Amino acid sequence: MNRYPLWKYITIAVALLLGLVYTLPNFFGESPAVQLSSAKATIKVDARAQARVEEALKAAGITHDGIQLDTVGVKVRLTSTDMQLKAKDVLEKTFNPNRADPQYVVALNLLTASPNWLTSLHALPMYLGLDLRGGVHFLLQVDMKGALTKKLDSTSADLRTVMRDKNIRHGGINREGERIVVKFRDTETRDKARYAIGDSQPDLLVSETGDASEPKLVATLKPEALLKLGEFALKQNITTLHNRINELGVAEPVIQQQGADRIVVQLPGVQDTAKAKDILGRTATLEIRMVDDSTGALEAALAGNPPYGTEVYSERGGQPLLVKKQVVLTGDRLTDAQPGFDNQTNEAAVHLTLDSAGARIFKDVTRENINKRMAILLIEKGKGEVVTAPVIRSEIGGGRVQISGRMSTSEANDTALLLRAGSLAAPMDIIEERTIGPSLGAENIKKGFQSTMWGFAAIAVFMIAYYQMFGVVSVIALASNLLFLVALLSMLQATLTLPGIAAIALTLGMAIDANVLINERIREELRSGMPPQGAIAEGYERAFGTILDSNITTLIAGLALLIFGSGPVRGFAVVHCLGIMTSIFSSVFVSRGLVNLIYGRQKKLTKVAIGQLWKPATATVNGKK
Amino acid sequence: MEFFRIKKDIPFMRHALTFNIISLVTFILAVVFLFTKGLHLSVEFTGGTLIETHYQQTADLEKIRGALGKAGFTDYAVQNFGSSQDVLIRLPLKSEQNSNQIGQSVMKSLEAEAPGAELRRVEFVGPQVGRELAENGALALLVVIIGIVIYLAFRFEWRFSVSAIIANMHDVIIILGFFAFFQWEFSLSVLAAVLAVLGYSVNESVVVFDRVRETFKKVRGLTTPQVLDHAITSTISRTIITHGSTQMMVLSMLIFGGETLYYFSLALTIGILFGIYSSVLVASPLVMWLGVSREQFIVKPKVIEGANEDGAVV
Repeated sequence: MNRYPLWKYITIAVALLLGLVYTLPNFFGESPAVQLSSAKATIKVDARAQARVEEALKAAGITHDGIQLDTVGVKVRLTSTDMQLKAKDVLEKTFNPNRADPQYVVALNLLTASPNWLTSLHALPMYLGLDLRGGVHFLLQVDMKGALTKKLDSTSADLRTVMRDKNIRHGGINREGERIVVKFRDTETRDKARYAIGDSQPDLLVSETGDASEPKLVATLKPEALLKLGEFALKQNITTLHNRINELGVAEPVIQQQGADRIVVQLPGVQDTAKAKDILGRTATLEIRMVDDSTGALEAALAGNPPYGTEVYSERGGQPLLVKKQVVLTGDRLTDAQPGFDNQTNEAAVHLTLDSAGARIFKDVTRENINKRMAILLIEKGKGEVVTAPVIRSEIGGGRVQISGRMSTSEANDTALLLRAGSLAAPMDIIEERTIGPSLGAENIKKGFQSTMWGFAAIAVFMIAYYQMFGVVSVIALASNLLFLVALLSMLQATLTLPGIAAIALTLGMAIDANVLINERIREELRSGMPPQGAIAEGYERAFGTILDSNITTLIAGLALLIFGSGPVRGFAVVHCLGIMTSIFSSVFVSRGLVNLIYGRQKKLTKVAIGQLWKPATATVNGKK
Repeated sequence: MEFFRIKKDIPFMRHALTFNIISLVTFILAVVFLFTKGLHLSVEFTGGTLIETHYQQTADLEKIRGALGKAGFTDYAVQNFGSSQDVLIRLPLKSEQNSNQIGQSVMKSLEAEAPGAELRRVEFVGPQVGRELAENGALALLVVIIGIVIYLAFRFEWRFSVSAIIANMHDVIIILGFFAFFQWEFSLSVLAAVLAVLGYSVNESVVVFDRVRETFKKVRGLTTPQVLDHAITSTISRTIITHGSTQMMVLSMLIFGGETLYYFSLALTIGILFGIYSSVLVASPLVMWLGVSREQFIVKPKVIEGANEDGAVV
């Protein structure tokens, strides 16, 4: 009765083998590496790039431990961290000759040192969370209201173009809160305008207000357009963050949407958190507006009552400047920004390239405003600054614009980078931040490992002392549970955190329950006089129902944690849930298989080593060794 | 080895009332502490900034406090974290603008007054995140309770599921009571521990209930208290050994796990100790008060003529 059919033994053996293979990579540790990946969508890192890497390293006399090409890019394994830094410098020079415009991301990385045959089986070491490897974690909240205002501002500009194109005279187009108000002289023009707006702006919901003497149109965004705007803003921001992080050179950044309006950014291994935060948090956008130079207007504004539709900004030198609220052009129309120098004055400058729509608007505006001043504003973190306010001398076509004015070369570089990295569609706030130093990460691994090891050792000693052979079986089952759990975590590449390690320890501590239940049952059956073979079978049989029940209740708690938990709780829950499942398999099937192997073949089994059996009253003690 | 040499069933149920009164008193005390002292919630829940720094030499907390004061911070808390070289600085939430830069400015002010600090960890949590975490935690607790009640009602009987959940809620409240009384920091990982305890100690009740059901089915002529006594006695050895093993693991975490896992394992320790007590000595009397009896477990035979109205044909 205590025999498994062959297939069951094979299943267990295969499971153990798989467990072993997928656990193995965790023992090899990591070796320093340099990773080359593309910074731009148009540039692909392929076999040719790999050859270039090889050549460059050879020319610099750097020996490496292997080069591999995968979906991320080219990864070079190196023998020491010194070599790693050297290789990074070499690759940086070869692939990014122009520092201001990097085409590739060269980043320091760690690669598993496990042999290639393991890697080719996709057997990778566990994916360590930030608290174990060090790095930065940000949770960013996207300000959807900001996205809406921005959208309405650019829509107002579009409406002005529509009116001009169709020769409709209006008395002003302004954004008031979350709607755009257009004023007219008479109802006839208003009707015409309404028709024109409906034609060109299908996303707008237009209604008529005001009386006959002052007819108005009020436009709001349709709900579905609002929804689309939100999605778009989030996507755009994620893309922008990607670009910015590429400039930082992080090996394995995680940039993900969380919920409707949040973005998680994780930068493992980043040491300079201040810089990371600075680059992420910067929300530079470019705006081109007209300057109000009418006499007395600036003085009135400084006295605290600016003329309608204008606001005061300060120039780089500090002088105040009165700028119209109406935005001519925004950074959205920008296709490229490069640092450079002014041809005539040799001042540092940023050269901008506009897209076709932007170029057309720019041409129109410059033609209509000759001899007036135009302000180029850089809006960063909600605060604007006038970079330059040149006088328009002639119509500028072709979409090539140059910004110069009291900029140093490095300021020009920074401005270009910020503009090029793309503007954010909506402002973002950091609502959660975790920075973990690398030394703390290593310490956490050590602590977690030690807790698990000593706890396991204590349980093992006790179980073997108390249950003898069955204790050994239980400990082997528990060890296989650990093996399965680690293998599963490696296979799924689930993120392991310190609470995750705690969950491993706790799960092991709880998993022994199943074996205790079984062993106690067997003892009980023996005590009541059942022959050993029968007692084993009965013990496993009866204990199984209880084990299942108790594990399912624990699993309910685990799943709830998984669904509602975030951050450390989720890390705990993932491991906990997986551990409960592996523990059922190992404590029931693996241990039974072992017991069957040991005792199942003996037909006339008179006693089993399950520790001393004490029987009440006068019964003979035959279980005693 | 055999720890438990029990000759007869221990008459646990004879003292059921005493146990229930002890439980009730502890429970009420825990609730009182929860209300009067409240939980010392971590930055994760309240929002704010937490900075962990490391010094090569023993850190001078007074100097650090001075440095923070000079830099214009208010309501800060500075304390050692694990060792005399590690320092934990807590800052409450301030207006949104400067919250992003707090980590940097703190390190800068430390550099001037108490140099040599190495930044190890910064945690900043905005106000809305904290509130959400607290809400989600409460929601998780609720789902666990409902889930377990439904499962146990389905597997056993409503009486069992109700008593198990009451017994285990009592554990949870008592853990919280400890945290309130000693003003230990209640963080997200402690919450995880509390929920894990909830699942784990229901486990315990399940084992006893399994036995109760089995005894009801197998042995005839026992009164309900006798059945409960028998079930508890025959599982007590397993109960102690299992919890002892789990506790060994938790103890190992308590000793080697460092400051981060300290309160996590502390919560588990309290949970395990009270888990044993409550599932054996709270859940079982509750089942008894709720009126569990043999009839609820045996499949009713076809109505035989002459059988009494209860259908209990013996």
